[in-house]
Amino acid sequence: MYIMIITAAVMMALLGLALGMIIGGVARLFRVETDPRIELVTELLPGANCGGCGKAGCSDFAKSVVSGENPPSRCPVSGAEQVAAIARALGIDAGQSFPMKAVVRCGGDTRQSTRLATYNGVIDCAAASLVAGGPKGCAYGCLGMGSCAHVCPFGAIEIVNNLAIIHAEICVGCGKCVTACPRGVIKLVPADATVHVYCNSPQKGVAKKQVCKVGCIGCRKCERALPDKFKVTGFLAEVNYSSAPTAEEAGAVGCPAGCLLEEQRHLEIETHDPDWSPDK
Amino acid sequence: MKESLFTFKGGIHPQNDGKELSRNAAIKPAPLLERYFVTISQNAGKPPKPVVAPGDLVKKYQLIAAADGFVSANLHAPTSGKVKGIVEVPGAMGLAVPAIEIEADGCDETVEPLPLLDWQNLDAKTLLDRIAACGVVGMGGAAFPSHVKLSPPPDAKIDTVILNGAECEPYLTADHRLMLEHPTDVLEGAAIIGHILGVKKVVIAVEVNKPDAIKTLSDSAQKYGVEIAPLKVQYPQGSEKQLIMAISGRQVPSGGLPMHAGCVVQNVGTAAAIRAAVIDGRPLIERVTTVTGEVVKHPGNWLLRIGTPVIEAVKLAGGVTAEPGKLILGGPMMGFAEKSFKVPVAKNTSGILLLPHETAVNYESGNCLRCGRCVEGCPMKLAPALLCTAIEGGRYDLAADNHVMDCLECGSCSYNCPAHRPIVQYIRRAKAEIRKKAKR
Amino acid sequence: MNDNNNNENIVLPNGSDLVLSVSPHVSNRDNTRGIMLKVVLALVPAMIAGVWFFGLDALRVILLTAAFTVLAEALWCAMLKKPVKANVFDGSALVTGVLLACNLPSAAPWWVCLIGAFIAIWLGKQIFGGLGRNPFNPALVARVALLIALPAIMTTWPTPHNDAETSATPLGIVGTTTKITGHSQAARQNFQTVDNSSSLKEYFIGNRGGCLGETSAIALLIGGLALIAMKLIKWQVPVCFIGTVAVITGATHLLAPGVTPGPLFHVMTGGLLLGAFFMATDMVTSPISTRGCVFFAIGCGVITSVIRIWGNYPEGVSFSILLMNALVPLIDRWCLARPFGYTVKREKA
Repeated sequence: MYIMIITAAVMMALLGLALGMIIGGVARLFRVETDPRIELVTELLPGANCGGCGKAGCSDFAKSVVSGENPPSRCPVSGAEQVAAIARALGIDAGQSFPMKAVVRCGGDTRQSTRLATYNGVIDCAAASLVAGGPKGCAYGCLGMGSCAHVCPFGAIEIVNNLAIIHAEICVGCGKCVTACPRGVIKLVPADATVHVYCNSPQKGVAKKQVCKVGCIGCRKCERALPDKFKVTGFLAEVNYSSAPTAEEAGAVGCPAGCLLEEQRHLEIETHDPDWSPDK
Repeated sequence: MKESLFTFKGGIHPQNDGKELSRNAAIKPAPLLERYFVTISQNAGKPPKPVVAPGDLVKKYQLIAAADGFVSANLHAPTSGKVKGIVEVPGAMGLAVPAIEIEADGCDETVEPLPLLDWQNLDAKTLLDRIAACGVVGMGGAAFPSHVKLSPPPDAKIDTVILNGAECEPYLTADHRLMLEHPTDVLEGAAIIGHILGVKKVVIAVEVNKPDAIKTLSDSAQKYGVEIAPLKVQYPQGSEKQLIMAISGRQVPSGGLPMHAGCVVQNVGTAAAIRAAVIDGRPLIERVTTVTGEVVKHPGNWLLRIGTPVIEAVKLAGGVTAEPGKLILGGPMMGFAEKSFKVPVAKNTSGILLLPHETAVNYESGNCLRCGRCVEGCPMKLAPALLCTAIEGGRYDLAADNHVMDCLECGSCSYNCPAHRPIVQYIRRAKAEIRKKAKR
Repeated sequence: MNDNNNNENIVLPNGSDLVLSVSPHVSNRDNTRGIMLKVVLALVPAMIAGVWFFGLDALRVILLTAAFTVLAEALWCAMLKKPVKANVFDGSALVTGVLLACNLPSAAPWWVCLIGAFIAIWLGKQIFGGLGRNPFNPALVARVALLIALPAIMTTWPTPHNDAETSATPLGIVGTTTKITGHSQAARQNFQTVDNSSSLKEYFIGNRGGCLGETSAIALLIGGLALIAMKLIKWQVPVCFIGTVAVITGATHLLAPGVTPGPLFHVMTGGLLLGAFFMATDMVTSPISTRGCVFFAIGCGVITSVIRIWGNYPEGVSFSILLMNALVPLIDRWCLARPFGYTVKREKA
């Protein structure tokens, strides 16, 4: 009885030893030379594999950092400390970093904007926009089916009342949602900007008003008040993000259309203020 | 008898073809409207350039937008009146598109007609120029400019011209009525196409559910040197590739054109338009359109001018008996659902279909049962279920490997699907994604 | 018709009720639930036969198992916050339950039904993502799990019309015989006791020991043919499955009569008919193309024959179907038809 157990144990041990030696030999024989620094940088990177840097993933980015193609600061997710740590480890310059974040430039949720038809099909913005351009009256606004939320690696996008809302404190500005959005509603802006124009429609003001209560009507009130901070092209106002206005300045403008809003206020309106309307 | 019918493998047999609603309604002319909205982009290829300015007075048949390049088509005024301007109207694809608004003066005055052509003694070039001048495009659906389709490269060996009178889409009867009421127009158009291409074999293919049309055409087919081929009733018999297979037994290679199988296919409506252009010198400004559906009061076929808003066409049909749940331009299998009744009729609008509320919602988000009915029904012998599952998981590469780009979007798969999955939508999504990637 | 008179009462649509969806806008009226209910209906003859031969005990097992599978489905959906009603009412759980019941002996206690139902729905189906995503037939997963875990209960077959007594199944007798005597001349004599014209007649109507839904060949044939007539299953599957088993066992029997009984015996005993008509044809777990289904069914037939003739278990239908289920993705890949337009080369035009 004991002999059997011992034989089995010895056999297994010998087998393991033999196989281990074979594996070891093969590993030595077919070794691929890699730069140990790539692994080091990969470990220092956040590992979100978001692709915000333009590379396939974190290890691909690490390779490009080591080869000098990209500065460490190209990683949108890493904070200044992490970037500095990578630069220190490699003994290179960290490079300038401009933290960005994404903004959904649309305020047309179910309360504010009209839908011309009921949609029946795949719940995906790109797929819906293939069916007569989607059910929404406005052809430029957010469809609200969450294609952006689906691709966001950080879970920063929430769909409220059929409108995508980005939580600025979570967003790192990787830009995945920007490419996922079939209507180009989402834009990357500097992370420290807090005031945005929540409209993306270049249509005439009258046409916009027919489909949305909070569309920019191109009244130029903001541009007249702060000509260096806002620019109105056609019927659409845009924030000049190189000298972004503050919340107080935006409040003082008093946008009559209700599309020029401070970020937190916008979030509050969508999540906590069901009775809000631009007229109030 | 049954064995001699032409057909292809795969496809479906729709239970309710809805054609009885409008089959016996003769084509009626539409009264003149006050306003027409002629959308500028009505053809496949480059849209034409408007040549009129707001305030201009135009006459019926006058050129209002000129072809911009070879693959483009002229546009003509549907009636006489004043150009109000270029306005935005809802287009058939859902987005706002520019259209030339013409306010009719009620006189319906025509311009000096183009000279009549003695086509039998003219060369192809002259005839093609005339067809191009008259802005004839494929009226079956794709709206591909006819003069381009009829100018194959010189080394193409075309030996068969097929006129598509299959009208396999349920509900639509426009082509049926056209063949029945104007057989000589279709036949003469067929003969002209044969003459242009120098092809002896000209076949008009008609599904056998239109026996009266087959009989009428056959009666005088010999005179024009045209054959009539009866087709089995099977969807999508009217798809170009399937039709070529049915008639000539040849396969159009993947990614190829009908000419790669030695064929040119034109819709019967296009043939009649070509005849009107060549013989009468009449540009294409009107077409036969079926206005039908269970909620339409008096379904029928009308000769509608291009630029007629859909709502006016519905008015012609006596309005509706109930609020429609769906508005479709084209047939129920491949037509486009619309969200506005202001969409104007275009050169390729073969039908205006209003479905009742009960049948409007037809997709559920059920899981695929892998029952294989989509595979049986696919005329391209693809595996829609596997494509669909791959696309649902974002694997566009896998879908491309499984030939998603060869899909006709005929809808046979979705029609058969017991889980009512929007397979065609997934496939369109994948095609869009793959095209986007190829561009990069 | 005078249009002017009609103008007064023309009702124009206002577009308030429009639905947007992709083409096609019509469909045949078949749906998932309809398919599932038809499958259950097709199993009714087999269930009636089961109740006829094994008494009310069989009815008890059928009702319990069906109820437990539906309960398991509802519980899982409630736990995962999936729509309970939609999932329960698609009927797939009911089909699984009825099929599982047909695969249980009528003497199975209630807790075996309960365990089986939960294995089938939770481990066999829902864990993979629910209906349509499971690689293995859920009812068979449960049956095999029970067979391995509780062999005593799962092989206690009540005698028809007499639930107090138990008897061995014909295949069981053959299995035991070959185990004792080997494939020999002596075994051949024993085969005669179960493989003769009068016993075959009994098997045909179902008067033999076995799982409650698998005994009556005639009832299964009725149900199976109904499924084929309704185009719910591909006829190629049962034909190839049964045909392969008949050919292999027949050839073996012809060459060495001491190895195994004749082909008719093999076709009508065990779970072959139930498996071939109702379980190998399961849409979800069989290949998607008809060509693939032929290979699939032949594979099932080969494995079944091998297990029955040379294997340790007397019966191999369940194992064969499960093993071939695992190969379905591969078969699907190999058996895709060449699409239209790929059989010709594009000539230079």
